[in-house]
Amino acid sequence: MTSLGARPLLDAVSDPPVGRLAVDEAPNPWFDPSYVTDNWDSILAYTGEHVRLTVLAVVIGAVLALPLALLARRSRYLSAPVLGLSTVVYTIPSLAMFALLVPFTGLSSNTVLIGLVAYSLVILVRNFLAGLQGVPADVREAARGMGLSPAQALWRVDLPLALPAFMAGLRIATVSTVALTTVGVLVGHGGLGQLITGGFAANFYRAEIVTGAVGCVLLALLADVLLAGVERALTPWARAVGS
Amino acid sequence: MNEFSRALLYLNDPFNWTRPSGITDLALEHLAISAVAVLAAAVLALPVGVALGTARRGAGLVVVLSNVSRAVPTLALLTLFAVSPIGFGNRATTIALAVFAVPPILTNTFVGFRGVDPEVREAARGMGMSRGQVLGRVELPLALPLVATGIRTAAVQVVATAGLAALVGGGGLGRLINLGFGQQDYGVMIAGAILVAGLALLTEAVLAMLSWALTPGPRRLPFLQVSAPKGGSSVPEPTASGVPL
Repeated sequence: MTSLGARPLLDAVSDPPVGRLAVDEAPNPWFDPSYVTDNWDSILAYTGEHVRLTVLAVVIGAVLALPLALLARRSRYLSAPVLGLSTVVYTIPSLAMFALLVPFTGLSSNTVLIGLVAYSLVILVRNFLAGLQGVPADVREAARGMGLSPAQALWRVDLPLALPAFMAGLRIATVSTVALTTVGVLVGHGGLGQLITGGFAANFYRAEIVTGAVGCVLLALLADVLLAGVERALTPWARAVGS
Repeated sequence: MNEFSRALLYLNDPFNWTRPSGITDLALEHLAISAVAVLAAAVLALPVGVALGTARRGAGLVVVLSNVSRAVPTLALLTLFAVSPIGFGNRATTIALAVFAVPPILTNTFVGFRGVDPEVREAARGMGMSRGQVLGRVELPLALPLVATGIRTAAVQVVATAGLAALVGGGGLGRLINLGFGQQDYGVMIAGAILVAGLALLTEAVLAMLSWALTPGPRRLPFLQVSAPKGGSSVPEPTASGVPL
């Protein structure tokens, strides 16, 4: 605080007298390993919240999206409203979505979770539907002709054939949910986004901001790689064809 | 809902719209930031997309760019530009938003120009058209629907994410959300959310109608139907559907 009192004198000495802030003169590195080690516990806690919100949002979204996609495949009259509604939900900005949910769910992490589920649901319904519609009609007919019940046909024919589209949808939904979770800072549950706005609030502390941002990107990449591995493990036939 | 009726009350007061830095001012600021960001991104991305698309090269680069941009949180980039030497304010916001507007425009332009049937191009050359004429009279009309989709996606994304700038000291309609939240005045916050969401939906609707009106109609449908099944394995997914904002 005493240094703040001396500020006008310093300003008078330095060349550009306008707009000099204490921030500009203090060392403010873009990355600081000691910040990461000193705050490892809170970084880990925020990462945990980030992962929990992302996983829950994608899993709940997928559980809701599959029956919706199956329903929408049945007729054009069902798929048109599903796709139209999903476009509208898509277009609503996440900040507005979370703000609109606050009166209902307050400042809990449920606010963020519900918003994230809505977005992942929209992505997944579209990709699930695209995957299911990509199953050739004659293959489905052959399955029925072989005496498979609708449930068997779904499990043994439709799902394996639609799996690449499903996994593509899951990967897109996961990666964008990781990025979107940061907007949860509005209600204080933004996972690693808390570091981004926290650093901004703490006198533009760059090391904290960069740690949060890099953490988000790493988390998204890790999730994508994991899901790519799952896709590879689930579709051994694709590898056999490829080689 | 008490908060929602208070939001309507707030929106219904003309003074809230006309006063200095009221809704009208904030909305105009919002739109100005968004327009500059989309224009800058288009100036940057359109030539690159056209060049790569007509040369049919760089698919990997375009896919990687659009995937990476999906993983980077908008909030992170907005904050990083705000604490960089650019300084926080509308300039940093505009640059950050322009960065995010590049991938959708680039991807869709690339896919649009790459999707032009080589035989059509060859026929145009055979009819004696110069390279510039082929580009302007044959390839551009055929690629236009996707290019328009890219610009629309980018514009909606920018209008939607411009609200986030308020979290890190930027301007625009997001300020109402942040302000209302900070003052525990959920009426103002809901009003801001309704305005931001409405502006994004309006942008989508207006641009969709505009591109529908500008697209050479009879050519569009057959072209898309022909190219759709061809778009097989290595075609990058056009970010027409994009990512949530």
